[in-house]
Amino acid sequence: MDIKAYIESGILELYVAGALSEEENKDVYALMQQHPEILQEVLDIEAAVVELTASVSPGTDDGAFENIKQSLSLDSKDTSKVVSLAKPKYNWITYTGWAASIILALGLFWTINKNDELKSDIQISKTQQSLLETQIEHSKQSLGEAKTLISVLRDNNITQVPLAGQGNFENTYAKVYWDKSSQRIFLDVLGLPDPPVGKVYQVWSLKLSPLTPTSLGTIDDFMTDDNKIFEIENANHSEAFGITLEPAGGSESPTMEQLYTLGVVTSS
Amino acid sequence: MPLEELILKFQKKDEKAFEHLYDMYSDSMLGAIYNIVRDHDVAQEVMQDVFIKAWHKSDTYSSKKGRFFTWMLNIARNAAIDKTRSKDFKTSKQNLNADFFVGILESEDNLDNKTDAIGIAKFVKKLAKKCIEVIELLYFKGYTQTEASEALDMPIGTIKTRNRNCIKELRNMVVK
Repeated sequence: MDIKAYIESGILELYVAGALSEEENKDVYALMQQHPEILQEVLDIEAAVVELTASVSPGTDDGAFENIKQSLSLDSKDTSKVVSLAKPKYNWITYTGWAASIILALGLFWTINKNDELKSDIQISKTQQSLLETQIEHSKQSLGEAKTLISVLRDNNITQVPLAGQGNFENTYAKVYWDKSSQRIFLDVLGLPDPPVGKVYQVWSLKLSPLTPTSLGTIDDFMTDDNKIFEIENANHSEAFGITLEPAGGSESPTMEQLYTLGVVTSS
Repeated sequence: MPLEELILKFQKKDEKAFEHLYDMYSDSMLGAIYNIVRDHDVAQEVMQDVFIKAWHKSDTYSSKKGRFFTWMLNIARNAAIDKTRSKDFKTSKQNLNADFFVGILESEDNLDNKTDAIGIAKFVKKLAKKCIEVIELLYFKGYTQTEASEALDMPIGTIKTRNRNCIKELRNMVVK
């Protein structure tokens, strides 16, 4: 390729003017890289055109570049000033932000803790409430029983039969309150000792002549009953009541050696 | 610093490189713009806009596509032409003439403004009429070679050689 002829063709002047096509521009660029003479020629042409265009400039305003930098928010000259102003602001926001998050975290933690505490308090209260409800229920029941007893004691139709201690069990006693109209007795056995293991007290209704005992049943829950007053069905025309100690389950007929208390119905 | 390196730094948003390029080309851009808008204040405003635009679209420049100066000159010419077409400009500036760039050099107030430009201005004024025409179209107006050939009614080959000779003449003047 004749480099000189290429240069003389005037294509490089058009290249600097921007008057060539995109394709031609690429060709010129490639040749510039290969041939230093072409590159140098382009640089010389460019320098002349820079001078040419500048020759008609009315002169740039002082501070024009500062204006440009301001528009672009570039401020190299005032960097120190900007930093000193910006930094405290940044720190203030940062610290406040961190402080707020920590306070928030602590607050949240406290709230969660408090919530757990309250939940457990509620649980305790509920348990206490149910306990109290049970107690009230018990009390109501006890009150009911007590009222029944009182009504029994005050009832004129009730026959009272004291049972006195017999033989070896002289210092024991019991009492029967016989409600004939409703065919039941209330047996007060507070004066009897706790039966030995494997033994129960058995209650008997007796006819005196001839002596005929009829079992009214055993007192199986003697140990656990609080007031030791037992309500027992009695449809017999009893003339006396006796209490014996029998093996668990009771006996067909009373074991007379183990007769604790006995009492005769005085009025019929 | 080589020009290539300066441009690369500018493309990486280096302010120092930007300022360097501004120092190198701001007068050329202002000259090209002023030749089109023919108003001092408007020309200053457009020139600043051109550098702002160049900063924002710096990544679109590639040395393979052409010279950086040419790229800037193209932005400047387009911005100036856009300005002359804008509404506010049309109403205030109707007296744009077909006067070539040398007309600027002939008006006295402009020469007062720039002492170091007087040197070259003196030579530019001496350019032949046929040179002034072709330089005006190719460098100041941004005509393509085809457009210039049509405007001046002469073959592209002639445009190229004439332009080559005119620039050569200019270079001789500048070198002195």
